[in-house]
Amino acid sequence: MNMVQALNSAMDVMLERDPNVVVFGEDVGYFGGVFRCTEGLQKKYGEHRVFDTPIAEGGIVATAIGMGANGLRPVVEIQFADYIYPAFDQIVSELARLRYRSGGQYWSPITIRSPCGGGIRGGQTHSQSPEAIFAHVCGLKTVMPSTPFDAKGLLIAAIEADDPIIFLEPKRLYNGPFEGDPKQPAVGWNTHPAGEVPDGHYTIPIGKANTVRTGSDLTILAYGTMVHVAGAAAQQTGVNAEIIDIRTIAPLDVDTIAASVCRTGRCVIVHEATRFGGYGGELSAIVQEECFWNLEAPILRVCGWDTPYPHAQEWDYFPGPQRVAKAIRQVMGC
Amino acid sequence: MTTVLDRSKAHSESDVQQWLRMYRQMLMIRLFEEQVNDLYTRALMPGLAHLYTGQEAVAVGICEALRLDDYITSTHRGHGHCLAKGAQLGAMFAELLGKEAGYCKGKGGSMHIADPDTGNLGANAIVGGSAGIATGAAFSAKRLNTGQVAVCFFGDGAMGQGLLYEVMNMAALWTLPVIYVCENNLYNEYTHNSETLAGDMLTRAVGFGVPGERIDGQEVRKVYATAKTMVARVRAGAGPAFLVCDTYRFHGHHVGDINREYYRSKQEEQQWKTERDPVKLMLDWLTTEKVANRAQLDQIQNEVKAEVEKAVQFAMAAPYPAVDRVAQDVYA
Ligand SMILES: Cc1ncc(C[n+]2csc(CCOP(=O)(O)OP(=O)(O)O)c2C)c(N)n1
Ligand SMILES: [Mg+2]
Repeated sequence: MNMVQALNSAMDVMLERDPNVVVFGEDVGYFGGVFRCTEGLQKKYGEHRVFDTPIAEGGIVATAIGMGANGLRPVVEIQFADYIYPAFDQIVSELARLRYRSGGQYWSPITIRSPCGGGIRGGQTHSQSPEAIFAHVCGLKTVMPSTPFDAKGLLIAAIEADDPIIFLEPKRLYNGPFEGDPKQPAVGWNTHPAGEVPDGHYTIPIGKANTVRTGSDLTILAYGTMVHVAGAAAQQTGVNAEIIDIRTIAPLDVDTIAASVCRTGRCVIVHEATRFGGYGGELSAIVQEECFWNLEAPILRVCGWDTPYPHAQEWDYFPGPQRVAKAIRQVMGC
Repeated sequence: MTTVLDRSKAHSESDVQQWLRMYRQMLMIRLFEEQVNDLYTRALMPGLAHLYTGQEAVAVGICEALRLDDYITSTHRGHGHCLAKGAQLGAMFAELLGKEAGYCKGKGGSMHIADPDTGNLGANAIVGGSAGIATGAAFSAKRLNTGQVAVCFFGDGAMGQGLLYEVMNMAALWTLPVIYVCENNLYNEYTHNSETLAGDMLTRAVGFGVPGERIDGQEVRKVYATAKTMVARVRAGAGPAFLVCDTYRFHGHHVGDINREYYRSKQEEQQWKTERDPVKLMLDWLTTEKVANRAQLDQIQNEVKAEVEKAVQFAMAAPYPAVDRVAQDVYA
């Protein structure tokens, strides 16, 4: 399966298993979503369970909160992460705090799916990576898969979880892995081991990172599209790098990260989002706290620029394999 | 503009000039969008391209009623609004291609063209995103006593966004010179608006005490006549107004939207294209009314075509901004 099919399958499984699951958002009903993630679901489960909404992100999330607090398990789609901001107040002020402020009496187990990230020539309003903004909000969990297998398992886990989950889907990975070189011909998921996705129910725990490449010289922390870019960069440099796919931004699997960096003594952090105030800062602080006495070199971050996502200079902004490789060499002192 | 021959009826010279100008503007938008389609399809253009084709009479009819210093705000489907307000073809194409010579130094792209010289506060990729900007501009015009009005263009999809109603309430409370123009092309992307709009569009505004009107958006003279009256009233201090123009986009939601039968029928598209094409309707009217003869209309067509082609060539040859400029304009 590609990632779109894997996500579709996850929703299909959950709609089938749990009559309280409802799926809605802009164009998700009879059209099946702009990226086709909900294709066929309305036909299969009916308009009362899979439906279209007005273009009203604030209203979509707001009503989902009320549904979730009263027995349903909504899975909503915000068409692009770039359009989630009209819903931001509802996410931060209502959704994230409902359990806490009611002393545990109310909560809303909703999943907000949203495509994120660049690499599709989408310009400034189809390319953003806002994970750090959500990671900062207590009461939310934030997830970003990097393969179809993980996408399905994590999405099922997210839907089943009793916490609100921001589920960010790196859209550049929908149809195949991407190593960061736009000149390379696109490849599909069919030849990638993580494109093997079971049809039925399975979950991947939220809060567990995944070591996708083992190595002894250096640890690269990445998530989403950057997991694949980091792989290409490691290959390029010939450095024996360990790559950890963070997978769940919050809660973070500190143990896996700390064990790795304490062993390798070096760390490079890679994300697509802007650098200042970005999630890499948090990762860097945690590594410093947990691994300071084992570090052999300063921790480096490779990130997007501190600008809005540029319209024409996407490949300068995008932290591609060359930039990651440069950081690897710098940390290795070679 | 060429002089007019062969008039059977007595049209005033200024009317004739105006009709031909509106025809020319609509044609320019039509040909501009054909080029955009081509550039995008050839992968020369970053971003997305939402063509205005089919809706030309709305932008042209309304902007014809505006002063150069009146404000507009536009949408993701904004090329038509920008051109109708007076944008230059070359800088438009350059912006689409991400070139330094573009309206926003190549940083905004298709969905963010802004041009203070023509009162264009900017196209906006966020559905409903510019409603507040237009309303605030109207407030400043009132406060500074400039006599300007602001026109906020948006699609029927934006009627779902709460912001629109927040600012409409303010505009009515504060008697602001702003006109909200909804281009009702029946679809929000791939979803018919019968799935997304409850009740009646016009009465939403009426609830705020904002007078509303709904017209055929394919007849440029009708749009202009309505806008003219409305603009005069708003400029004179009567407070905001709301206008719904019924229209249709001839192409996909964006250039990549090719197979559309999934959500709208070929027959429906064909009917609009053959019976309700604003450019053709105006052309037919100009001919029937003998406002201009065939040769004159052909000449306009050839002139516009040449201008558009020249502008594309200019933009194609123009340089990209230097990479070190990318951080410019994030802050003052
Ligand atoms: C806040 C926001 N949500 C979603 C989108 C994605 N989107 C782009 S255009 C569009 C449909 C707009 O429909 P309408 O307002 O009727 O304009 P039209 O495309 O028909 O001109 C949507 C949902 C967006 N740009 N902004
Ligand atoms: Mg519309």
